[in-house]
Amino acid sequence: MSFFKMSGVVVPHMKNTCEMQAERMPAPKSVVIPMNMHIGAPAKPVVQEGDIVGVGQLIGEAGGFVSSPVYASVSGKVTKVDKITGTNGASADAVFIESDGQMRPFEGIKAPTVTNFEEFVAAVRDSGIVGLGGAGFPTAVKLGVKDLSLVREVLINGAECEPYITSDTRTMLDRADDIKEGIELLEKYLGAGTIIFGIEKNKPEAIAKMKEITSGDSAVSVKELPSIYPQGGEKVLIYNLTGKVVPEGKLPLDVGCIVINVTTLASIAKYIRTGMPLVEKCLTVDGSAVASPKNLIVPIGTSLRDVYEFAGGFKAEPKKVLLGGPMMGIAVKSLDQPVMKNTNATLALAEKEAERPEENPCIHCGRCVNSCPLGLNPVAFAKALSLNDCEALEELKINLCMECGCCAFNCPAKRDLIARHKLAKSELRSYQQQRAEQEKKEA
Amino acid sequence: MEENLKVSVSPHIFSKRTTRNLMLDVVIALLPAAIASVVIFGAGSLLVIATCVISCILFEALFNLIIKRKQTIGDFSAIITGLLLALNLPVNIPLWQAVIGSFVAIIIVKNLFGGLGYNFANPAITGRIFMLIAFTGSMTEAVFPAAVDTVAGATPLGALASGEEVGVSLLDMFLGLRGGALGETCALALIIGGIYLICRKVITWHTPVTFILTVFVFSLIYSGDFETALIYVLSGGLLIGAIFMATDYVTTPTTALGQVVFGLGCGLITCLIRFYGSYPEGVSFSILFMNILTPYIEKITMKKPFGGVKK
Ligand code: SF4
Ligand code: SF4
Repeated sequence: MSFFKMSGVVVPHMKNTCEMQAERMPAPKSVVIPMNMHIGAPAKPVVQEGDIVGVGQLIGEAGGFVSSPVYASVSGKVTKVDKITGTNGASADAVFIESDGQMRPFEGIKAPTVTNFEEFVAAVRDSGIVGLGGAGFPTAVKLGVKDLSLVREVLINGAECEPYITSDTRTMLDRADDIKEGIELLEKYLGAGTIIFGIEKNKPEAIAKMKEITSGDSAVSVKELPSIYPQGGEKVLIYNLTGKVVPEGKLPLDVGCIVINVTTLASIAKYIRTGMPLVEKCLTVDGSAVASPKNLIVPIGTSLRDVYEFAGGFKAEPKKVLLGGPMMGIAVKSLDQPVMKNTNATLALAEKEAERPEENPCIHCGRCVNSCPLGLNPVAFAKALSLNDCEALEELKINLCMECGCCAFNCPAKRDLIARHKLAKSELRSYQQQRAEQEKKEA
Repeated sequence: MEENLKVSVSPHIFSKRTTRNLMLDVVIALLPAAIASVVIFGAGSLLVIATCVISCILFEALFNLIIKRKQTIGDFSAIITGLLLALNLPVNIPLWQAVIGSFVAIIIVKNLFGGLGYNFANPAITGRIFMLIAFTGSMTEAVFPAAVDTVAGATPLGALASGEEVGVSLLDMFLGLRGGALGETCALALIIGGIYLICRKVITWHTPVTFILTVFVFSLIYSGDFETALIYVLSGGLLIGAIFMATDYVTTPTTALGQVVFGLGCGLITCLIRFYGSYPEGVSFSILFMNILTPYIEKITMKKPFGGVKK
């Protein structure tokens, strides 16, 4: 179906934990729940110091249309509502809760009534679910399409292309029933005619399981994706599953597609069945500094410090700790960093892996150019950036870059390409803003 | 507890390929040709190779010392330049001339432009062209392999150009038993090196294959004879140029399409010079000329951004 084979890179899989069923972590002593665990407006705290909360109780209401509510993940007492600095350096409100160790569910929990599409979307909005594959985009916004007839294909993203991470794999193996329910919901309320699972072929068990649960349903198909990173990138996935190209500045829906991550789907089904919103997350705990890699289900807001302690501690001093996988994950400054809604893994790397290799001059080998799945040209980006030529950056479409890391992974000179892409993108944005203002003035 | 965590931008893993191990692979790929040159032309060839390699390394080290730059000889690129230059020289080149050629390649063509990655022309080729112009006599004197017992005459290309009998069998040509520069004669050794580079994914087939095919096709049209066309392919510096010099990353295009254009251009210019120029050989000139065109080829062969919309 696809006209050309998309580039990408072969990354080491390191799926050490794919056989390990997720263990549930008991309530930590305390949690810190940020209000900005999604793309869009941060949630607004609705609790105060001293309030007693139960698991699943609303603690932050959605701060706008593109936003998502936040719920208490442990039962206990709110100790403070304060600003914390997020991974991107911006500060945001967070609710600090001291756990009573009971994990007592909030008494107001009840399954939502869902009988039509509007109620379905409202339920998804209330569930606090956001893109759990990593993006963190509020799912209700994605599903809340104005005209249902536009939806031709719903793509279920089970690619999980990042090395190490197996939490989506575990969802597919351990929560197949939730996924099955989720599929039924999509068919019923979204009227999705075609549903396609995209799973990287290094996960044969997950593929088999998904085939098994959907075998009676002719509208659903399960497709194997090549083991070439990044299959999970939204545009890459859409192209590889349907052959459609999402044009610049457009959404998947503009080509008739909606993409939902498998864990997101399972979580929606669970919420609609039980009324328990998103309060816990399955994550892969791995990396060369970790004593025993495993998958854990932890309350959102648990600090990485507690996560690693429960997982069995370190076998070497961690020198770099990531939220997410090694290709796109963010290196955190401190183990106090809480687990967020879109955290699907945390990796602790020992000295050797933590050290970024030294940068050498670009030798113009073209490996970056030839590995970019989106056909972008990092060599030309770098040149335009060094000349501060924003017009060239615009023409080169640096705005399309998804920071997947293929180019930098493959660079023999180990150039810090993603840092440069980020810089170039922000230069371009301020240039475009200035230009727009200029044009406004002239008009 | 305060931990000292490193923070860096993603990705946090990297491929095993480094500049250094790429360059090392090129050195390895050049070894068969270097060994063949010793077998064919005798121990004198070792002397030329050693002179070029050592002077290239020394010039690079010296330059770094003078401008107080971090030492770069560890990246092996100076060794490649030295090896390639040596393999492009005749065995009886006066060694002082080889030293001057190395100076031009390393100091002028490479380092004065900023070092590895910044030069626009291939150092070894430009060094060779400089020598060809400065020391025309010693560079063009036909030197015959010690292994073959021939009366002095022209190189096969020279013979073809002046319409004489080539006098060397195709098999001898393939094995390298003919007059010419050290490393350019043994097609077998060069092809082994080329296959190694392709298998190790250091280079792709695009440039060498299009370059060689273009020369073959034009030679066939020009001479109308299959065997003569093959002789054109096996003679001069075509194979070493197509496999090792037209594939230099720094000075050639990055995409497959760009490389095909580059190879076509090289082949075409080589043939024009060979058939109509005043020099019997045109490989070096063609590569140098295409090096200069590389930025333009890059521009017109750039990939289309996926889903990009023209504004
Ligand atoms: S991969 Fe690295 S060295 Fe090669 S062209 Fe790209 S930036 Fe330059
Ligand atoms: S990070 Fe950007 S430029 Fe690099 S490979 Fe990914 S999309 Fe292409």
